[in-house]
Amino acid sequence: MNHAATFDRISVGDPHNSIGLHEAPQDALNDVRSAVTQGTAMNHNANVEQVRVEDLHKSYGDNEVLKGVSLSANSGDVISIIGSSGSGKSTWLRCINFLENPTSGRVVVGGKEVGLTRNRKGDLVVADPKQLQLIRTRLSMVFQHFNLWSHMTVLENVIEAPIHVLGLPKAEALERAERYLERVGVWKFRDAYPAHMSGGQQQRVAIARALAMEPSVLLFDEPTSALDPELVGEVLKVMRSLAEEGRTMLVVTHEMGFAREVSNHVIFVHRGRVEEQGNPKEVLVRPQSERLQQFLSGNLK
Amino acid sequence: MELFDFQVITGSLPEFWRGLLMTLQLTGIALLCGFAGAVPLAVARVSKNRWVSGPVAAYTYFFRGTPMLVQLLLIYYGAGQWQWMQAAWEAGNPVWLLFREPFFCALLAFGLNTCAYTIEIIAGAMRNTPHGEVEAAKAMGMSRFKALQRIVLPSALRRMLPSYSNEVILMLQGSAIASAVTLVDITGAARNVYSRHFAPFEAFVFAGLVYLVLTFLLVGMFKYAEGRWLAHLAPRKATKRKEAA
Repeated sequence: MNHAATFDRISVGDPHNSIGLHEAPQDALNDVRSAVTQGTAMNHNANVEQVRVEDLHKSYGDNEVLKGVSLSANSGDVISIIGSSGSGKSTWLRCINFLENPTSGRVVVGGKEVGLTRNRKGDLVVADPKQLQLIRTRLSMVFQHFNLWSHMTVLENVIEAPIHVLGLPKAEALERAERYLERVGVWKFRDAYPAHMSGGQQQRVAIARALAMEPSVLLFDEPTSALDPELVGEVLKVMRSLAEEGRTMLVVTHEMGFAREVSNHVIFVHRGRVEEQGNPKEVLVRPQSERLQQFLSGNLK
Repeated sequence: MELFDFQVITGSLPEFWRGLLMTLQLTGIALLCGFAGAVPLAVARVSKNRWVSGPVAAYTYFFRGTPMLVQLLLIYYGAGQWQWMQAAWEAGNPVWLLFREPFFCALLAFGLNTCAYTIEIIAGAMRNTPHGEVEAAKAMGMSRFKALQRIVLPSALRRMLPSYSNEVILMLQGSAIASAVTLVDITGAARNVYSRHFAPFEAFVFAGLVYLVLTFLLVGMFKYAEGRWLAHLAPRKATKRKEAA
């Protein structure tokens, strides 16, 4: 498989990129795995590696928060990263799109290694700003606090990056916005400002904004942690349906139900190391390590 | 003696009218130039590079730290004290000759002054941009310049509106000192009327009324602008359609 070619093809902004399928019936597919293997458009692309992280370290001064972590996500993979607060799981995710600069390690996006260089502080930064921006358009992030642009309406939020980063014509960006805002069920709020919406609605807009980039991987950084309990469900439902479409997702989460039922791989991080990982239906049901047993007994009811 | 001699005012309306035009020109041009200069300088002001932000900080410190009247007198009367300036005047240098024009000197002083205040207002608003919004811009693949142009500045320029309306009103009132360098603005006109008719009460009450009306109009303008550009911070209107979860 020619990874470099895959990346290049995606990078030119092919609107029908490898996993950009959006028409999958929402409730038709119940089992994630069957979705991944039997799903329609992504089938030919299954097992293409979208992102790989190797031996990532991150220190803040003397405090090493990531002590060599690795992961690899193929098309259609939904990987949940779990662990207690301060375990380093969010930092890990933020190192993948270089919102944080790792101290050492490698990141491969779409088969293409990210060229890194050291800055004055000794952290690794992406050598070529153009490549950095390109990577970030391929790895769209959804944040814990939504981070919608408050002075823009919902619609403006979603068309902003497609027009001004990807360079799409406005008509096409509007078309995408309508498709994805419909997709997450907030099209009717397109003219509202974020501050006038509930947290769950805002987070769904943020998901639509990420989808409108038609990225190869979606990164979720604790997407439900800032929500009221009764709003968590609507966001998880959207995320589940995205997983069922066969989208590649890396999800840092405290939602054990989501990790168990939706993801096909779960990684338990403890004190900056991967303590245990594997199929959630095994790892979460019969945890091997004492740490994970402790963690789950506090979490799973 | 009458309480208020209206004839003093009606007889000098043309003079007040010219004064009004002078006030509007001075404050209008100074505000426009000051604002245009303030936007790029505010970007420099929030720069992490000290060599970029330092000079701007020094400039705003000087102009905010001294009275505008002192600045005006310094420019208008102080410039002529230098030998080289006098030599340039005699040589007919068109740029330096401007420093003999009271209108230019007032414009320069007002413009530099309002620019300094506006820089700090914009820079403050830029620093208050929610960090997450900047992070989202980065994560969406925007370059630093793009994030500045599309997210940080548009957001900051909206949020600065309430404090900028203060600056504009203060600038209008502050322009009254133009009469110190022989310019006849609203206050200057009132002074002339006073000395001609010995009717200080009528002259200055009328001048005050003109400023009041101007301020009223400005407040209205800013109220409209805030409704237009700060809608995202306003409380939600009750008439909005019902939201479904």
